[in-house]
Amino acid sequence: MRLTDDEKAMRDGVEGPAVAAAMDLLIRYGEALNADRLCDTRNVAGTMTQPSPAKTKLVREGGWHKAFSVINLDSDDDFEIPHMRVPTCQLQHGFGEDALGVAPYPPAMVELQSDAEAFYGAHGVNILATCTPYQVGNLPVRGEHVAWMESSAVVYANSVLGARTNCEGTASTGAASLTGKIPCWGNHSTENRYGTHLVEARVPVDGFLEWGMLGYFVGDLVQENRPVVTGQLAQPDLADLKHFGAATASSGGVELYHIPGITPEAPTLESAFTGPVPASVAYGLRERRATYETLNSQGTNTDVDFVLLGCPHASLDQIARAARALDGRTLTAELWIMTPRALRAVADRSGYTETITRAGGRVLTDSCPAMSRSAPKGTRVFATDSAKQAHYLPAILGIEAWFGTLEECVDAAVTGKWRGELP
Amino acid sequence: MIFHGRGIVPGRAEGEALVSHETISGWGGIDPATGTIIERRHELFGACFTGKILIFPGAKGSSGWSGFFQATRLMGTAPLAMVFTTLSTKSALGAVVTRVPTVTDLDADPCDFVATGDRVVVDADRGVVTVRQPV
Repeated sequence: MRLTDDEKAMRDGVEGPAVAAAMDLLIRYGEALNADRLCDTRNVAGTMTQPSPAKTKLVREGGWHKAFSVINLDSDDDFEIPHMRVPTCQLQHGFGEDALGVAPYPPAMVELQSDAEAFYGAHGVNILATCTPYQVGNLPVRGEHVAWMESSAVVYANSVLGARTNCEGTASTGAASLTGKIPCWGNHSTENRYGTHLVEARVPVDGFLEWGMLGYFVGDLVQENRPVVTGQLAQPDLADLKHFGAATASSGGVELYHIPGITPEAPTLESAFTGPVPASVAYGLRERRATYETLNSQGTNTDVDFVLLGCPHASLDQIARAARALDGRTLTAELWIMTPRALRAVADRSGYTETITRAGGRVLTDSCPAMSRSAPKGTRVFATDSAKQAHYLPAILGIEAWFGTLEECVDAAVTGKWRGELP
Repeated sequence: MIFHGRGIVPGRAEGEALVSHETISGWGGIDPATGTIIERRHELFGACFTGKILIFPGAKGSSGWSGFFQATRLMGTAPLAMVFTTLSTKSALGAVVTRVPTVTDLDADPCDFVATGDRVVVDADRGVVTVRQPV
């Protein structure tokens, strides 16, 4: 891999041992990828604060300096960690204080995480604490090279925003935060951003549920490839594409898609491909039903104990809609809506939180049941409006799942019964 | 049987193969404390890869992949070496931070030719994977 003079200087320790270790990791990683060079980035989204057993042990031995050295720089040494070189944010992590007494989650972990927030905040990390940094202050521009992890955020940044990132990991984002560099490989190059598959929706795709199902179908179909989606698509909003992308990155590993006329790198169908437009795969009535049935194949018991909304973290519109659906109702099952803490503040101010809480629901932040491996005690069956959470949570917690609309989920929380069906 | 590819983490290891025909998840797919595959619908559900030559098509799922495999090194449950078919940022970074000899970009798909239990030599310094004989 070719290194510039400033990269060689960092490698050789001119900027201190922690930066040298970061550059060493980027060189090992870039060479493993067979990348020609690194590119500059001023936008990193990674993870440092989430508690884990390994991290707890490292912090006890050498504080957060050691935890960052070992986990985020992949080093055997224990360095004094300098201030982040470029703007860096913390993605979703464990539950915070608002979940104490609500989620069966160890208070010691909440305390460890608060301690981490203080350390990393002092070192220049923005504690956004969400899987949707693009909702709360980290909105990259088109063409910007960024270094993000979190598959649902990566696919949103590439596809909807036209920023350029691979699906990075804990150590590569840690190294990028101290160097402002990341391997120039994969999605960073224009030639790797054209579509590979064409999917045509032959049923109307309109609204949150439909976009999620289409995404789940597309991800399963193309796996790690780059789908282009056309057909009977209504104008999507932020929440629709947040759900669509997260679903493609759950049933498959999609990091970049195009919707001609909607997403920025595909003004037309032809411009989404570098060569001739391939034959399309149909998403029709049969495929839609099969996708719905797959998402609902992990439940047989219709007695619902728990409802989870806000995966990826809910937008303000989603919270407002949940508040309207819950207004004046009384819940029998637990209902949580996950959202970034910054949006929770707006929800509080707008009265949505009060309406939701009055019905018996909770607006929680920072995490989700899958990240924290924690749902209300005794949960056997849960319902969600998120294809991603329906995909992951049954495996992670060993519970049954139902997937449907927000209104069906609210109905289940009120009655304790799942009565959803394909609209 | 000999495969030629590209070593991406240097070193040499000899041991018993554990072969997966399905891609492997990190987060939600493995338990670093025990070095086992925990995805319920996976063909290797319950299998332990600690001390084995892990041969698989590639990485899938969350961007936590590399962090989970790094944790196997920190907890002493890492595989002895890795050989995989498809390179991605997840598997490349995962191999780098697991720090075990790793070969990819091979001239034939090892998942089609190597069986669990075969004795395998991974020479990542030369990018060569040799299957000796079944144990």
